[in-house]
Amino acid sequence: MSSEWPLWEVFIRSQHGLAHKHVGSLHAPDAGMAIKNARDVYTRRNEGISIWVARSADIHASSPGDRAALFEPSNDKVYRHPTFFPMPDEVKHI
Amino acid sequence: MTAANPAARGAHLFEYLLRLADNGVVLAQRLGEWVGKGPVLEEDIASTNVALDLLGQARLWLAYAGEIEARDGAPVRSEDALAYFRDSGEFRNLLLVEQPNGNYADTIARQFLFDQWHVLLLGQLALSKDARVVGIAAKAVKEVRYHVERSSDWVVRLGDGTAESHARMQSAIGALWMYTGEMFTVDATERELIDAGIAVDNESLSSPWQASVRAVLDDATIVVPADPFMQGSRARGGKQGVHTEHLSHLLAEMQVLPRSFPDARW
Repeated sequence: MSSEWPLWEVFIRSQHGLAHKHVGSLHAPDAGMAIKNARDVYTRRNEGISIWVARSADIHASSPGDRAALFEPSNDKVYRHPTFFPMPDEVKHI
Repeated sequence: MTAANPAARGAHLFEYLLRLADNGVVLAQRLGEWVGKGPVLEEDIASTNVALDLLGQARLWLAYAGEIEARDGAPVRSEDALAYFRDSGEFRNLLLVEQPNGNYADTIARQFLFDQWHVLLLGQLALSKDARVVGIAAKAVKEVRYHVERSSDWVVRLGDGTAESHARMQSAIGALWMYTGEMFTVDATERELIDAGIAVDNESLSSPWQASVRAVLDDATIVVPADPFMQGSRARGGKQGVHTEHLSHLLAEMQVLPRSFPDARW
C-alpha cells in the first residue's frame, strides 16, 4: 500500500529557529495527510511550531557531478567573504 | 433531590472516574495491538500516538479515582493496581471501545464514533464544578480535538475512497452502530453527580454527536444506520461492568505480566 503513496519531504520550524529545517520524509496520499503524518512522526517531542511539506518529486536538486563547477570558483574569492570588517568588542554573539 | 452523604458522593465519583479512565485504558490497549502491524509506518506511529494520549489521560483519571476511594477510608490503590488488578466485571468502559480491531476500517470507525463523543464529553467536563476534573479534561480535550480530526478524515478517505474501502467502512459503521447508544445513557450514579454539577449529562451530547457524525458520514458517502438500532436496549452495560466476551481476552493479555510478577518494574 505504501508504494502507492507519494513521498513527501518534511520541514519543521522549531521553537526558536527562524527558518524551516528539513527533518526527513514520509509517505502520504495528499498534502493534508502528509502534514498530519508529519505531526505524528516528527513533532512528538515538542520539536516544532510549524510544518511544511513538499512532494519529493517537486524538489529539484543540483547534481553532485556539477559540484566543482558550481562551488569551487568561490573558494579563492576571499574578498566576497565578510571577514574583513573590524568587529567592535561590544558586539556579542556574532 | 435529597442531599447525598459525602461517602455516597465519593463512591459515585470513584465509579464515574473509573468510567472515564477505563475507556482510555481499554482503547489504548486495543490501539496498541496495531504496533508494528499498521498498514503503513506513518499510521502505525499515528495510532500509537493516540493510544499514548488516551493512556496518559487514563492515568490521570485513575490516580484521582484512587485518591477519592482512599478518602473514604479504603486502602490506597495506585494507577497500576487499578489497571492491572481489576477483573473484567470491575471495568467500567463502554462496550464500543473493547470491540476487536478487525480491519483498519473497523479500527478507524470505532475510533471515530468514540472520538466524536469523547471530544464533546471533555468539553463539558472542562466546565465541571470539580477542579481536578476540570484540569484533566482541559488538558485532554486538546489531544482529543486532534484525534477526532484525524479519525474523521480517515472515515471520509476510506468511505469516499475505492469500492473496497467504501464497502469496508460501511460495514464497520454498520457493525459498531449498535454500541453507540450506550454513550448517551445516564444511570443513577451519574444522575447524582450531574445534579451536583460534577458529571456531564450524556443525554445532552446525543444531538451534537448525531449532527457531527452524520456530517462526516455524509461526506464519506456512508449510509447512516437507522436510529432505532442505536436507541434500542441492546449493547449496553459496559459502564456497569457487564461486558462483551472481548474484554476478558484483552485484559488477559494486558494484565498477565504484572499478575505473574507483581513486583516487576519497567
